[in-house]
Parts: sequence; C-alpha cells; structure tokens
Amino acid sequence: MSATTAAPAQAQIYHKAGSIKNERRWAMIGAYIALAVFVVFFMFPPFHMLVTSLKSSAEIADLQGNPWIVRSPTLENYRDLLTQGNYVLHFRNSVIVTLCVVAITMVVSILAAFALARMRFWGSSMLATGVFLTYLVPETLLFIPLFQIIGGLGLYNNLLAMILIYPTLTVPFATWIMIGYFSSIPKELDEAALIDGANHFQMLWKIFIPVALPGILAATIFAFTVSWAQFLYPMAFLVSSENMVLTVGIVSDLIRGDTFQWGKIMAGALMAAAPPLLVYAFLMDYYIAGLTAGATKG
Amino acid sequence: MAQVSIRKVVKAYEGGVQAVKGIDLEIADHEFVVLVGPSGCGKSTTLRMIAGLEEITSGEIAIGGRVVNDIPPRDRDIAMVFQNYALYPHMSVFDNMAFGLTLRKFAKEEIRRRVENAARILDITPLLDRKPKALSGGQRQRVAMGRAIVRDPKVFLFDEPLSNLDAKLRVQMRTEIKKVHQTVNTTTVYVTHDQVEAMTLADRVVVMNHGVIEQVGPPQELYHRPTTRFVAGFIGSPAMNFIPAQVENGSGALRLNLPNGIVLPVPEERTARYTPVAGKEVLFGIRPEHLTEPKNLDRQNIAVFELTPEVIEPMGMETLVHLWLQGSEVCSRIDPTTPAEPGRPMQVAADLNHMHLIDPQSGRVL
Repeated sequence: MSATTAAPAQAQIYHKAGSIKNERRWAMIGAYIALAVFVVFFMFPPFHMLVTSLKSSAEIADLQGNPWIVRSPTLENYRDLLTQGNYVLHFRNSVIVTLCVVAITMVVSILAAFALARMRFWGSSMLATGVFLTYLVPETLLFIPLFQIIGGLGLYNNLLAMILIYPTLTVPFATWIMIGYFSSIPKELDEAALIDGANHFQMLWKIFIPVALPGILAATIFAFTVSWAQFLYPMAFLVSSENMVLTVGIVSDLIRGDTFQWGKIMAGALMAAAPPLLVYAFLMDYYIAGLTAGATKG
Repeated sequence: MAQVSIRKVVKAYEGGVQAVKGIDLEIADHEFVVLVGPSGCGKSTTLRMIAGLEEITSGEIAIGGRVVNDIPPRDRDIAMVFQNYALYPHMSVFDNMAFGLTLRKFAKEEIRRRVENAARILDITPLLDRKPKALSGGQRQRVAMGRAIVRDPKVFLFDEPLSNLDAKLRVQMRTEIKKVHQTVNTTTVYVTHDQVEAMTLADRVVVMNHGVIEQVGPPQELYHRPTTRFVAGFIGSPAMNFIPAQVENGSGALRLNLPNGIVLPVPEERTARYTPVAGKEVLFGIRPEHLTEPKNLDRQNIAVFELTPEVIEPMGMETLVHLWLQGSEVCSRIDPTTPAEPGRPMQVAADLNHMHLIDPQSGRVL
C-alpha cells in the first residue's frame, strides 16, 4: 500500500525540480548574464581611456558628436609621450622602485614569516599580531613623521626614499599572508626535513618556499600592486620631474595649471596599466593552480 | 652498533606537566621495540626525544653509545616515519627519497643506486616519478619508509605509521614493515596505540601509561604474565575480565568468592603465592578465551558455573558472549557451534590455570 502511494509523490518531486541538465543550463545562463553585466560595467573606464587616447586634442575638445567613438584615430599622444618629455623616465623610475620594493618585501617578509610561524620564541605570537597592526596605521598619518626621517637622511626628492618607505606598506601585509601560508604547512614536514639533515635555512629554501609558492605569489602580486600604484608618498617626497614615478609624473607633467592634456594623460595611464596586467596574466595561472593543488588533502 | 639507551629520562612542559616521568630502557642492536599505550601516555614524546624533536628535561639518551641530548636531529643518524607521511608535496617520489642524501652531499650515482634499491624492497619502482598527491595512502606510507631506508640510519623511528590507513591496508602494511625490518635489520623504535600492532611487530613491547613504563617484555610474556592490571587489561582483545573477588582461606585450600555466589577453588600450586592476601579483596582476572563453554573438563583446575548471556557477538571463527555478573559484564569466547541465547543461563568453564589475581590498591598482579 505504502509503495503505491509513494511512487506518484516521488514522481511529482522530480517533475518540479526539473532535470539536472536543465537546471545546470539555467545556472550557466544566469552566471554568464551576471558576468557580462560586470564586464561591461568595469570595462567602461578603460574603454573610455582607450578611445580618448586615440583622439587628437581638437577632437577631444569638440563637443559635437559621440564621445565613445573616434572619428580620426591617431597615435600622436603615444608617440609624443614616448619621444618627448619625461614619460619614459617616469616609467623607468617606476620599474626600478617596484622591482626593488618587491625584492625587499619578499626577502624580509618570507624570513620574518618563517621565524614568526615556525620558530616558537618568546613573544612570537604577539609580534605577529604587532606586524599586522602596523599595516592598519594609515599612510596619510605616516607621511608626516616619515617626511622628517627622509629629510634627516637627506633623501628628499630621491628615488631611494621610495625604495626605503614603500616596504613600510608592503612588508606587514605580505608577512601576514606568509605567516598564514607557513602555518598551514604541517609541522611534520619541517621535522622530516630536520631529520633528513636540513638546517633552518635549507628547510625554508627547499621546503617552505616551494610549498608556499601560491602564498608567495599572492604576496608578490600585492607588493607589486601597492608599489606600482603608490601615489601619496611620491607626491609628498618627489618634487623634480626627472625623479618622479609614473603615478605622480603623469599628473604633474601633463596637467599645466588648468590645462589637462587628456589624450596624453589617458595614453600614459593606459601604458602604465600594462605591467600590472602582464604580471597578473602570468602569475594568476600559477597562483590559481597552486591554490587548487593545496586545497585537497595531501 | 646501534643500541639505544634511555636513562632516567624526564620530559616536563612549562607549567610542570610531566609527559615522561623518568623512564629507563635499553634497546639492543637490530631489535624491534614497540612503545604502546593509550593517548597521552608519553610514548610519542619518548620517540620524539630519541629523534631530537623534543628537548630532554633531564636524563640521558644515547644512540650507539653516544649521548645525543644536545645533538640536533640531523646529526643523530636516525630516520623517522610519521603518521601523516610528511612527504614533501612538491617533490617527486624519487626526490622525496633522495632529499636526505642530497643534503648530505652523496654522489648522484650513489643516490640513484640507494633509491632504486629501496624502491625495489618496497615495490614502488613504478611510482618514482610521481608526486605524493598522485599516490594512495598505502603508497605514500611506503615512500615515507623508503625515505627512511635510503639513509641507512642507525635507528628507524616510526610514529604511529599505520593510523591513517584503513583496516585492511593496515594489516598489509604491518606485514610489510616486519618484512622490511627482517631485510634491513635496523634497530627500530615503533610507537602505536594499537596493541595488535605492538604484539605482531615487536621483539619486545614496552607498555607505557601516564608517563611511566608499566612493563617491558616479549609479546607472549606480556600476554601471559602481565605484572600490572593496566598491562593485563591493555594487551589482548577483547580485554581481560576483571571481577571483584575475595580470597578465603578454608582449611589449607584457598577459595575465591565471586559475585553471584560463585566460589572458585584456587589451584594448589598457587596457594603459597596467594596466601598473603587471604581474607582480602582482590580482582580476579581472566581472559575471554579462558572463560569458555565447558570443555577439557578432565584437566585440572577447570571450574564450571552458570551465567546469563546479555549480548552474543558471532565473529565467525568464534563467538563472543557478554555475560552478566552482578553489576559487571564479563566476556567469554566460545565455539560458534555452542548454543547461546541472550537471557538464557548457560554453563561456562573458567580455566584457572590462566587466572590472575590483582591487588586493587597497587594495581600489581600478585
């Protein structure tokens, strides 16, 4: 009796839910619509930059016509930037500063995180929290005392100052990320390495760094982004154009009084966005591959 | 020469908690010693002190005659196999096994020779190029053993190496470990909480409890002649039955008064041994296999009495019967053909040649 009543009820449930294939198709359609909306929304600014960078000053100033369409595309903004003025110099400065900062950040934060995560010593957990707390102090507060320090060191208007002070922003957070990654490595792995004959440095170099590579890449991307996009410190500490990095260089060289050279500003900004794009494109694959590899047991 | 000597070793943690309370143990060259006990008994701590992963609070550990208290793990010439394998996830099986040799700057050919030899012993040659994540649990444990074997160390240390494996694989790997030991013949210290592993693998078993060694001896000795109640109860599965009893001296012959009005005669040859406790409360200990359906009744010292089964557990080759005995339960191992039914009283025979009496205060077997 119970079997006969149960069968239709079950059939009804299946009918309501629809087939798995169907449900999956709808989920995919929904996901693609949501993604498309996002892409359109976030691509507007870069698209506008691209369009503007391809226009001549006259066309930009012309209020007639559709601002989203280029009537007579020109590369003169790009050519001017690369041949006249200090844009190339700014680019070079940004590259130097960023490379140095990323290197310093990774060396310091990996060593610090290894010590804080693994070499249990008195006050290590308090220090770990302390490292993170320093990241919470806003840079807008820090640059005033830093100004005195930089002045005292005679590094005002010097690129070296940037290489010294960017790590105050990048090291704490990068260390924090690395502590998390190192802590997730099973303790037995270092013990096995110790017994296998490794000293602490070999353990770090041959076991921890390869195993925590996704975390290291995450920290690298972070340090790169922060130092490439840093605006406040160079704004405060760099005054002469030839010492400037891209972020402030574009603003100070291409804006004269109330004259905005929009075409060049957009071209400069677009070219400045290329290195982060490349870094993300290359590292993201490793980054995600590393993340998923570590996600399952073993 | 790689004997291990543990002399008066204490491990105390901050706050004064003592995990190991002054143990002494001599492990001979080539010997396979198993430390066994419940969790928190100090067995793993002892092993980790031998490995150099834990500092020794006081006392002395010597490996091959050399005191190693202040020698770092890498210079102790030991190899360890961990419960969770601890394979380096980014290295191939070959590199995992070769890692220790590479760090010790062995020649490339020598490394290859040793790794291939160990892989042959463990039957993992086809896996040498794989990463650990592409291996099953049993294969990972073999690689972990391979990593130990290639080093050709003075001592192998195993820290519950089979606990992460399923029951079937555990039995298989247990045999494998024994085989490997018979091949390489290295002094081995093996930690487990599983008394079956301890019994099957060990030349000598060390039973630990609460940071002290309860008893050391070959498996059979521990099984048949436990010296403490803890060892008597820990070794053997199902565990030994402990029944409160009173020793009574009745005109030269001793008797045991058990609950339910059961009176058992103490075997004559044990009279002298048990006379000092006459009139006292003791624990009567008997293993389930010595509490069976009435059989061998022609032998001496077989006592038959009646008890009521509560639960019957057929195991195939035998049947376990849990019998009710005034507030406590006793387990009996009977032949599967013997009829038994819950609630229906049955005759059971206790083989008193294998009985134990335990002083409930000291926990010593009398």
